[in-house]
Amino acid sequence: MASEKKKLRVATTSLAGCFGCHMSLLDIDERLLELLKLVEFDRSPLTDIKHCGPCDLGIIEGGLCNAENVHVLREFRKSCKVLVAMGACAVNGGLPAQRNHLDIRDCLQTVYMTGTGIRRGFIPNDPELPLPLDRVHPLHDVVKIDYFLPGCPPPADAIWHFLNDLLAGRTPTLGHGLIHYD
Amino acid sequence: MSSSLEKADDPTKLRRVVIDPVSRVEGHGKVTILLDEAGKVHQVRLHIVEFRGFERFIQGRPYWEVPVMVQRLCGICPVSHHLCASKALDLVVGARRLTETAEKVRRLMHYGQMLQSHALHFFHLASPDLLFGFGSDLAKRNIVGVAAAFPELAKQGIMLRKYGQEVIRITAGKRVHGTGAIPGGVNKQVTAAERDELLAPLPQVLEWARGAVKLVADLHLSHRAEYDRFGTVPSSFLSLVGEGGKLDLYDGTLRARDHAGQILFDGVDPQDYRSQIEENVRSWSYMKFPFIGSLGPDVGWYRVGPLARIQNCDFIDTPLAEEARQQFRAAFAVPENGLVHAPLAYHWARIIELLHSAEVIERLLHDDALLGDELLAKGPRAKSGVGIIEAPRGTLIHHYEVNDQDLVTECNLIVSTTHNNQAMNETIREVARQYLDGKEPTEGLLNHVEVAIRAYDPCLSCATHALGKMPLTLEFVDPSGALVERLVRDGESL
Repeated sequence: MASEKKKLRVATTSLAGCFGCHMSLLDIDERLLELLKLVEFDRSPLTDIKHCGPCDLGIIEGGLCNAENVHVLREFRKSCKVLVAMGACAVNGGLPAQRNHLDIRDCLQTVYMTGTGIRRGFIPNDPELPLPLDRVHPLHDVVKIDYFLPGCPPPADAIWHFLNDLLAGRTPTLGHGLIHYD
Repeated sequence: MSSSLEKADDPTKLRRVVIDPVSRVEGHGKVTILLDEAGKVHQVRLHIVEFRGFERFIQGRPYWEVPVMVQRLCGICPVSHHLCASKALDLVVGARRLTETAEKVRRLMHYGQMLQSHALHFFHLASPDLLFGFGSDLAKRNIVGVAAAFPELAKQGIMLRKYGQEVIRITAGKRVHGTGAIPGGVNKQVTAAERDELLAPLPQVLEWARGAVKLVADLHLSHRAEYDRFGTVPSSFLSLVGEGGKLDLYDGTLRARDHAGQILFDGVDPQDYRSQIEENVRSWSYMKFPFIGSLGPDVGWYRVGPLARIQNCDFIDTPLAEEARQQFRAAFAVPENGLVHAPLAYHWARIIELLHSAEVIERLLHDDALLGDELLAKGPRAKSGVGIIEAPRGTLIHHYEVNDQDLVTECNLIVSTTHNNQAMNETIREVARQYLDGKEPTEGLLNHVEVAIRAYDPCLSCATHALGKMPLTLEFVDPSGALVERLVRDGESL
């Protein structure tokens, strides 16, 4: 039955995240081979497609910490019919948002100038480096998000369950045990 | 050993090609290449474009939060950060020596991490380049293509990674961002039932790991002329070395060799890392540039990771991996203390470590001390601690200062990928000389640049610990500095 269906086209990316949510996606283990029969990947850390084309589903890990993140997020929103915020950073900013109560200049100075063992320090500044945002933002601060998958990372079973609901055309629901926040 | 392609004389007159993001690596980076009208390469840089600021916002947190906070630097090797922070903080709580059980549980966790990360890197990320060719069809050059063309191999990769993740789940509580290690030891006993659960699949895991070593060796040897030369630049090597000079990925002292294989320093206590390693900053990357202080920033750069480790150690204390190490050395016919410098040899070395990890896991699972119930040690408090561990991608250094109120006052992290920063830059400059000079850079040629970066298995998530992430981009700028073309791999721009 699945072979007659057109494959769902899926794009994924990690913005200001740690790739742990992508690891949790891979933690569906051998079910990944089953998934590959039903979906095809557009831009993703697993492929060499650099920019997101028209997709049925976009899954984003990580929040927004610089201008480039915002640009990529907008590209995903424009290209994807359904957009999912996956994991604590995408949903809330997550651990990187710990810097929100600090001054960004102070952060940069600590890391690149006054820190231990630096011989000649200064703050990197180059047209090639996207400017950091003054605060880390969750995705829904900038674009509409259709679904939120909580967890740091969301458990593999939750991701699997969620994708299966979507693939079957059901409204995704996560039952008991599949939503947790650590 | 510093490269002339780091900085063009007059960048405004050159065409800019950008690879953005670098794909099939963990994290976010981009590469810029500046070319003149004849296609001659004038400048090549790998930029790490994200800054996250962990070193700053860790300050002021209670020390016991640190092992679970810092592992969020990286979801691929969270265990490495989790354990490295715990090792540093062991010293703060005065646990200069862990209980036998705690050390063994931590080692089991660590070698599980090593196995899953190496499997992920080879099978899921890098193997398409080696199996299909560096300039092969973009649409197939990924794990989906591997699953279609080599289904059994793809399955083995997935199952090897799964096994490593299960070792982590049982020792750390969950597969990604677990909580098993705490300053002074571990918080969870391994039960006999859990041990048996891990023992059952081991014969199969060992067989697959041996097969993987043979596959990678065959791939290298059947493309010998290209692989030996591809982006090859000589460098020094740094790693931890265990007791008696054995390969030890969890603990040891620092050893460095120069490019000819001569020892630069040896037996350096992790607490003294600053006596050997300093860092510099470049304007164009958020990733710092470490170097061996006595050699200075120009020639003092070095490499870490599997290729450094299996050549820095004197032997491997598990039989199958030692045999594989001997075969590796024989294949390259390296003389006593001589070194293999080819970046693509990293793949071979990495899979030897994957086999070694499976053997160490087997040894630990057969050790009754693993199941003990003495999990914590403590002693007189100290104000600071340095932890060093060999993470999948290389030497990882965590350094914390803690005040009397239990709050972290200073944090310095040198992550594995950062050590390889200069090396990756030098390698892609050499690849640009070898493959791009005077040619129109096509998608396939540009993938060669990424193949070189992937050899190091960089984790740009870790490397942006400052505040960050890693994509790769290629852009062309005309002599007036205007953007001519931005090369991207979405099939629309090419």
